[in-house]
Amino acid sequence: MTTDQLRPLTELQALESESIHIIREVAATFTSPIMLFSGGKDSVVMLHLAAKAFWPAPIPFGVLHVDTGHNFPEVLQFRDEAVDFYGAPLKVAAVQDYIDDGRLRERPDGTRNPLQTLPLLDAITDGRHDAVFGGGRRDEERARAKERVFSMRDEFGQWEPRNQRPELWSLYNGRHLPGEHVRVFPLSNWTELDVWDYIAAEKINVPTIYYAHERKVTFRDGMWIAINEVTPARTADVVELRSVRYRTVGDMSCTAAVLSVASTVQDVINEVGLSQLTERGATRADDRLSEAAMEDRKREGYF
Amino acid sequence: MPQRSAVLSATTNLTGGRTLLRLATAGSVDDGKSTLVGRLLFDTNSVLADTLDHVEQVSRRRGLDRADLALLTDGLRAEREQGITIDVAYRYFATPARKFILADCPGHVQYTRNTVTGSSTADVIVLLVDARKGVVEQTRRHLAVASLLRVPHVVLVVNKIDLVNYSEDVFTAIATDFALLARSLGVLETYCIPVSATEGDNVVTRSHRTPWYDGPTVLSYLENIDDTWLAVGQEFRFPVQHVVRPQSAAPAPWAARAPQVNGDYRGYAGKIESGRVRPGDELAVLPRGTHAVVEAIDTPDGPLDLAVAGQSVVIRLNAEVDVSRGDILAATDAPPAPIRELTATVCWLAERELTAGARVLVQHGTSITRAAVRSIEGVLDLSFEAGTVPCWRSATALTLNDIGRIRLALASPLPIDSYREHRATGAFIIIDDADGWTLGAGLAGSTPLTTASTAKTDPQDEAQQQQRKGPS
Repeated sequence: MTTDQLRPLTELQALESESIHIIREVAATFTSPIMLFSGGKDSVVMLHLAAKAFWPAPIPFGVLHVDTGHNFPEVLQFRDEAVDFYGAPLKVAAVQDYIDDGRLRERPDGTRNPLQTLPLLDAITDGRHDAVFGGGRRDEERARAKERVFSMRDEFGQWEPRNQRPELWSLYNGRHLPGEHVRVFPLSNWTELDVWDYIAAEKINVPTIYYAHERKVTFRDGMWIAINEVTPARTADVVELRSVRYRTVGDMSCTAAVLSVASTVQDVINEVGLSQLTERGATRADDRLSEAAMEDRKREGYF
Repeated sequence: MPQRSAVLSATTNLTGGRTLLRLATAGSVDDGKSTLVGRLLFDTNSVLADTLDHVEQVSRRRGLDRADLALLTDGLRAEREQGITIDVAYRYFATPARKFILADCPGHVQYTRNTVTGSSTADVIVLLVDARKGVVEQTRRHLAVASLLRVPHVVLVVNKIDLVNYSEDVFTAIATDFALLARSLGVLETYCIPVSATEGDNVVTRSHRTPWYDGPTVLSYLENIDDTWLAVGQEFRFPVQHVVRPQSAAPAPWAARAPQVNGDYRGYAGKIESGRVRPGDELAVLPRGTHAVVEAIDTPDGPLDLAVAGQSVVIRLNAEVDVSRGDILAATDAPPAPIRELTATVCWLAERELTAGARVLVQHGTSITRAAVRSIEGVLDLSFEAGTVPCWRSATALTLNDIGRIRLALASPLPIDSYREHRATGAFIIIDDADGWTLGAGLAGSTPLTTASTAKTDPQDEAQQQQRKGPS
């Protein structure tokens, strides 16, 4: 036996294998899993991993998008192409439907992010989904650092951080009571940089707005806000044409852009690595920018 | 200020680039664990600006003249309000050589539960002591848990070395105490490093204030641990997650080099828990014990001639054998014999007690089996003195944070390894059948920790321990 081919798994191989293991465990032990899919980079990496987990069979569950009605058109187009490409049936829960028939009311600040919860929980209940995959990562936010890979939710979808099950070895326990469901985070151990490295390594397509492009923006409340029908220019705004990209894609009403000239995956990887350096400066302007970045991350996805 | 380097990205392909190391921290209250973790994150440039801003603001509000790095590990609101840490938190940092997943285990509240959880996946435990106090009872307990969980490496960080004037004598005395303790507990490999987490001495940057110490810094130690062959060098174990049997091959435009498959494809998907496998290898299908030969190892990136521990793959066999989820494909050389009576060490993680007669579920690999508790054999007394080892005392119940010996009767035969030899396939969890709660962490076979035999234990078990004591 030759041993020269034996070498330890690389970081990306280890993360990929761990995520595939998690996704397969869910498919094998739950009755009706569903995967949240926003078209964002984390969710498309998760969908790619699902395709790899079950190959040569198709993905054995569908994907769900909670559409706020304020999505970037580029992202919606990407969403439809991606579900086709990976062969996963798409279900859309539309916040607009809820507003139209009065089950939800538009908020005074125009933000629709908080409105997603009801359509999401309804979709989970209607579909009798006992497991819901989310693309959340533990490096995103301080409280998330303590979330389990298998996270129990009561019938209101609530997370009780002080009452979590211990999670040992890679023995994931998905048993739950009727009415409860389990949120599963296959990307728990990935960082933002890992996600981009994997996108590069696997040549995964992501929406174009992740890469630098020219867009009409204004600097408002410390954030670069795109000027469009959802967020029109206000009288005090100075509207400029700048080269920007999005670090996260969420609802247009609350997702800000960052100034960037990163037009390729490699550029983005370099920028993500470097941004942590420069944002350290903690000058006033950086403070504002970074506050915005944190808001972006918090607002990303549904969790 | 220590020098910083940019966060380097791993690689742009899957098979090149850096490796992954999992570590867990442990220490008593006020040993400076949060500061050490904060220092590792900060000095490896792994802290996002928003987090750092928060830390600097809070430090200023508290009247500190510099950022308190311990605040970097602040988590839940309740923890910030009460100034305590409740639960295991996972942190991420990286260097050009390695990515690290750090399980930050709080020291005081439910220390066993948290340390056991963090240690279960750890390649290395970073154990802290205060240089002014040296090895204390909590150190002994943590080291015993590390030994029990078979964590391959333990590094002792002798922190606050600045507060003993960077004294070599103090460090040497603590290191000697620790080495004796480690040997008596049968810990595999240990190392000691003099550190000041607050000042940054020997965490990431080598300190000129400890000229008598010529070993690695904490980070450099973690970067250079060789854990490559631990799981890979063991016998092959592959719990089958599911059977891949597509009606027809799905088109896979996203796949790199997926081979064409035909309609009667039948493969077994899973993650290799230990060892390695090649096409042509003969494997045993457990628990039945039938044999088959590996025809191919498939992945959507193309077939492999070799797959190793940690990899998720699909294995095809050359014979029509009955394989389903819950089975284990294992090397034919000494596969674990399926058993109906299981003796195990159990870390009890729930408020509710465990007593003889209880009915529970046992999850092992990818199988779940009903089980009944035959007897509680004893509870481990971890309050042992320096120079001695923990002993078993008799007990009729296990309560939260207890480590006990129990006998379980299993409803179906389980091909379970001894945890001493196989961390993954010797481990199981105990689940409450009624509400699904995870009650305990089980280590099959003889206790993987050197103990004194004062209470009743299995004689055969003791004999096995004696045999195995030698090399560790």
